[in-house]
Formats: sequence, structure tokens, C-alpha cells
Amino acid sequence: MLILYIVTLIALLASFVTSRQRTLAALKMAAKRLVAILPAFLTMLMAFSIVMSVLPDRLISQLVGGESGWRGVAIASLVGSVTLMPGFVAFPLCAALLGRGVSYMVLSAFTTTLMNVGVLTYPIERRYLGRNVTLVRNAINFAIALVVALAMGFAFREISL
Amino acid sequence: MNRGRTQPTQIALIVTFGLFLAYSWLTGLDTGQRIGRTFASTSLAMVKLLPCAFILIALFDTWIKRETVERHFGEGSGVRGYVWGLLLAGTSVGGLYVAFPLAHSLHRKGAKLTAVFAYIGFVGVSRIPWTMFEASFMGLTFTLVRLAVSIPLVILASVVMGRVLSKRGYQIQE
Repeated sequence: MLILYIVTLIALLASFVTSRQRTLAALKMAAKRLVAILPAFLTMLMAFSIVMSVLPDRLISQLVGGESGWRGVAIASLVGSVTLMPGFVAFPLCAALLGRGVSYMVLSAFTTTLMNVGVLTYPIERRYLGRNVTLVRNAINFAIALVVALAMGFAFREISL
Repeated sequence: MNRGRTQPTQIALIVTFGLFLAYSWLTGLDTGQRIGRTFASTSLAMVKLLPCAFILIALFDTWIKRETVERHFGEGSGVRGYVWGLLLAGTSVGGLYVAFPLAHSLHRKGAKLTAVFAYIGFVGVSRIPWTMFEASFMGLTFTLVRLAVSIPLVILASVVMGRVLSKRGYQIQE
């Protein structure tokens, strides 16, 4: 969290020293984009807080919670494969789930498949890459997501040998 | 996803939600109060992070132009092709569906098939705005672990796929 502020500040300073004008333009662009997505953001937050408050905690933790292990990873990677979601929606969601005790492993399986495996975009991909290459590419990326989840499990000490 | 425009239904939804929270607070409706607390704490977390993420993305867009990277792509061979692929992927906006047309044009312009596949893989792995959001919300460790694991695997997969398919005379279609 603190690192983020420091990095942003350093980047801003460096940019400002290089060109005052372009930095101001960039800040304006950032503000405009932020305002533009705010309604979508609020809607997402509303939906999230309703779902989280109505769903019993036990159900969430049973499905993808800390004790769900590889079943949670499997569920998360399947959900990630079939959904389409911009990053500014996906990560706040994950951060909130993290606060609810969902493991880094499970969340990484979700975000990695969300990005790299596309069930819904299959028709588009097939048009460019052909059926076989599309299937192979998606299968490989699904496997990569599982390896990433495994690495997360070790990195955050959620699993041990 | 419709990012830019605010729809009337969206405003109505937000207002209704606000009224519901106010009503719950006044009458002591338990579920409503719980929703309100979740909403408040999650919103607060976002407010702390979002401005930084958006400033970083805007700075990146301002200083690194995609066209410049694209012009250099595929120059020479070997490792440099992958480095440019990584840079190009980092600067791309939108998801994989934007990557395919570009992959096609890169391939047509003479980029190696292995490097083109690596580029497609990198788009999923290391787009800068996405990575910045990720690091802001999930922490730097999460992002670094993911990049450290997936970048080598993407390169490995692309090299294998690219070599096998090149031998078969595979072409990316338009």
C-alpha cells in the first residue's frame, strides 16, 4: 500500500521534471477516466456488498474459502475461464474476497484464467488461430494458471510440502 | 463493457441503493445495515487505491507510445523479439481479442511465429494497466510471483508451439 504511494509519487515527480505540460495532461486524463468509470464502479460495489451480506459466510468459505484447497482452485479457475471482466472490477472484487479469508491461491487461479483462458471469446480466437491452435492455447494457459496457483500457495505459505 | 456513459438506470439504481441504506439505518433493518457496512469498508479501500492506479496508467500512456514499440517488433532475432513482444503486450489496451488482429499483422510483416505467440501470451500476462491494478489491490508479492512463474512458461509454450506450427506451414488467418 505504502509502496504504491511511493511509486506513484516518484513516477509523478520524474514525469513532472521531464515535462510539466505532459504531466498535467496525464493527470487530467487520469481524472477523466476515473470519473467515467465511477458509476460502473459503484454499481459493482453495490452488487458485491449485497451478495456478500446475503450469502452466508459459511457457503463462501465452503466453496472457495481457506479450507477449500484444490477444489476451490478448480472452481475459481473454471469461473475465471468463462467470465469476462475488466481488471478494475476483478481486482477490487478479489481484494474484498481476500478480506473474507479466500486464499491467494484460489484468487490467482481466478485472475489468471480470467485473463488468459477465453471460453466466451472462443469464436473470435478460432477465426484468427484456427480451431486446433485455439484449443491448445487455451489448454496450455489453463495449465499455466494451475502452476501459478501452486506457486502462490507456496509463496504465501498456504500450502507446504 | 460500457465504460464511458452513465445510464439513467444506473443512476436510478444508485439512488435506490442509497435510499435503502438510509431506510435500513433509520429502522434498524439488520440485513440493510450489514450491506451498508460492507459497502462502506469496501468503498473506502478502493478510494485509497484507485487514484494511484489511474495516475500510473495515465503516465504510462503518456510516455510510452505503442506505435514506437510496434515499429521495432521482430527486428533481429533471438531474445530481443521476446523483449519487444513483452513491451508491446504491456502497452496494449483491451483483452485478447485486440491481440489477435495485431498478431496477424505482425506475422504478416515478418515477425517469427514463436515471437507472435509469445506476444499473444504476454497480452494475457503482463498488460501494464492490468498489472498495476493487480499490484495495487493484491500486493506486489502477488504480482511478482505471477509474473515470475507465467512469463517463462509463456515463452516455453510459444517456442514449442511456434516451432511445431512453423514446420507445418501454419498461418494466422485474417
